[in-house]
Amino acid sequence: MAILELLEVSKNFGAIQALTDVSLAIKEGEVVGLMGDNGAGKSTLVKIVAGNYPPSRGVIRIANRQAALHSPADARAQGIEIVYQELALCDNLTAAANVYLGRELLRGFGPFRILDYKTMYQRAGALFAELKSETRPRDLVRRMSGGQRQAVAIARTRLSDAKIVLMDEPTAAISVRQVEEVLNLIRRLRDHGIAVALVSHRMPDVFAVADRIVVLRRGVKVADKPISGSSPEEVTGLITGAIQAA
Amino acid sequence: MAVTLEESIGKQMHAGPLSWILGRQTFWVFLAAALACLALSIATDTFATERNIFNVTRNFAFVAIIALGMTAVIITGGIDLSVGAVVVLSAMITGMTMAAGYSIWLAVPLAIAGSLAVGLFNGVMIAYVGMPPFVVTLGMLSVVRSLAMVLSNNKMVYQFGPDHEMLLALGGGSTFGIPHPVYVLAILGVLTSLAFRWSRLGRHIFALGGNEHAATLTGIPVKRVKILVYMFAALTAGITGVLEVGWLGGVTTNLGQGMELNVIAAAVIGGANLAGGAGTAFGAIVGAALIEVIRNSLILLGISTFWQGTFVGSFIIIAVLFDRLRASRSSE
Repeated sequence: MAILELLEVSKNFGAIQALTDVSLAIKEGEVVGLMGDNGAGKSTLVKIVAGNYPPSRGVIRIANRQAALHSPADARAQGIEIVYQELALCDNLTAAANVYLGRELLRGFGPFRILDYKTMYQRAGALFAELKSETRPRDLVRRMSGGQRQAVAIARTRLSDAKIVLMDEPTAAISVRQVEEVLNLIRRLRDHGIAVALVSHRMPDVFAVADRIVVLRRGVKVADKPISGSSPEEVTGLITGAIQAA
Repeated sequence: MAVTLEESIGKQMHAGPLSWILGRQTFWVFLAAALACLALSIATDTFATERNIFNVTRNFAFVAIIALGMTAVIITGGIDLSVGAVVVLSAMITGMTMAAGYSIWLAVPLAIAGSLAVGLFNGVMIAYVGMPPFVVTLGMLSVVRSLAMVLSNNKMVYQFGPDHEMLLALGGGSTFGIPHPVYVLAILGVLTSLAFRWSRLGRHIFALGGNEHAATLTGIPVKRVKILVYMFAALTAGITGVLEVGWLGGVTTNLGQGMELNVIAAAVIGGANLAGGAGTAFGAIVGAALIEVIRNSLILLGISTFWQGTFVGSFIIIAVLFDRLRASRSSE
C-alpha cells in the first residue's frame, strides 16, 4: 500500500516551472532514492511534502486520503518527518535534549511541571539502541561524530509515529567512514516499515540502500524504476540528459 | 578529531566529578573570589568585620540581581544594554509616585510595570521586527534614561511621602543581620537556577542560544522566548531600581549610569558565553561577587580606585581566555 502518493504535482514560482506533473508513490518499508542535478526540482519536491509550500497543481495523498499540508507542523502531524541537511541540532545540548527538542517530556502537575530528565534519557537511549547507534543520550552533540549526529536527528523522527521520513543529503557532509553508519540507520528505519525518501547526490549511497530510484530533470520525472533494473551509468545519463528517459 | 571509540569511552570513564568541577569556569572564579577574601582577611583587619561584609554583600547584590536577567539574555545569544537606564526609570517612578503622596503599594507595582514595558518593547523589536539586540537596547538605554530625566525634570527626589520609612527599610534595612537586597538576590538566584535546569522555558532558552534555526525548525516558540528573556532582564533591573532608591534614600538621574557594563562583566566572568548557549545563575552571582571584592580590596588596601577598571577588565579577559584554552584542549 502506498503511504505517500503524489498525483501530477506541479509547482511554479512566477514564470519559472520548478516541477511539471510529477507523480510518485512510496510504499511502507520502501527506500526511494530521489536524484537529479542542481535545479532539477528535488528540493522543491521535498519542500512541498514537508509542508513548506503548497503545490501549484496536483494532489498529495497520505495513506489513501487526500492531504493538505499547510505548514511543517501540519506535515509532521500527518506522519511526515524531515531530517534536514543541517540536521537542526543544538551543539550545546545533550543528545537526549536534542531528540526531545520542542517536545520535552514533563512530570509533576500544574505550574510545578518540570523536565523529566530520567524518562527522556531512558527513551532516547532506547531509540539509539533500536537504531544500533552507539550514541549516548547524555553526551553533548558538540562532541559527536557526523554519524552520531545523524542518529540523533533520525531518532527524533521515531518519537512521533512517523510513516515517512524525508532525508535531505544525509551523507553529503560526513566522512566516508561514517557513511556506512548512516546507511545502516536508513536500513533500520526501513525495517520498521517506514518509508524513506532519500535525496542525494551520491550515487554509491543511493545504490547501497534504495529499493527504487526516481530521477528528476528540469522538473520532470524521467525515470522511476527498481534499483536492480538500473545502473549508476544509466542514472548518470538520466541526470545529465544523455539518456532521455528510462 | 580522529578519536577512536575506545579512547572516547576511556575519557568518559576518567571524567569523574572532580574533573567535572575543575572544568567549570564558575568554580575557578569562585575560587579566585574566595582566595581574595581569605588574603584580605589576613592582610587587613578591616575586611572581615561585620560592617564591611555587610556592605560588600549588599553592594554586589544590586549588580548580581541584574546579572541574573542579563545571563538569561546572553544565553539566548542576545545582549541588553538598557538595564542601567531601567534602574533609574524604576527608581524614579517609585520616588516620584511616593513623593506625590501615593502609597508604596502603588509606587512599586508602577515601577515594575514601567520596567516590564521597556523589556516588552525590546523583546518585540528584536523578536518580531528582527532588529539586532545591541542596536535596540542601545537605543532604549538613551530613550529610557532621558525619560527618567523628563519625569523628574532632572531633580533629586528624596522625600517619599507617607511610606518614606518603609521604602528606606525595604532597600536599606536588614533582617537577622543580612541586608534585604541579599534576600531578594537569594530568592531570584534560586528561582532562576531552577528555571534554567528544570523548566521547559529554560531548556528553550539554551536551545535558542545553541542554534536558533534548529529551535525554529523543531517548533520552539522562539519569538515568545526572546520576549520573555528581555522582560525578565528588565524585571531584574526594575527590582534593583526600587531597592537602590530605598538604600540611597534619594534618586538622581545618574543612578545606574554605566551599570550595564558591570552587569555584563559579572555575567561573562561567571561563565556566560556572549555567543550564546552557555551560562549559569550561580556564575552570574559569583562574577558579581568577585567584581565587588576587587573593588572593596583596593579601597581597604589603600590602592587608588582608579585601578579598579584594570583589575575587573583583566578578569574578564582572563576568565574568557581560560575558557577558550579549556575548550580547545578538550576538542583536540
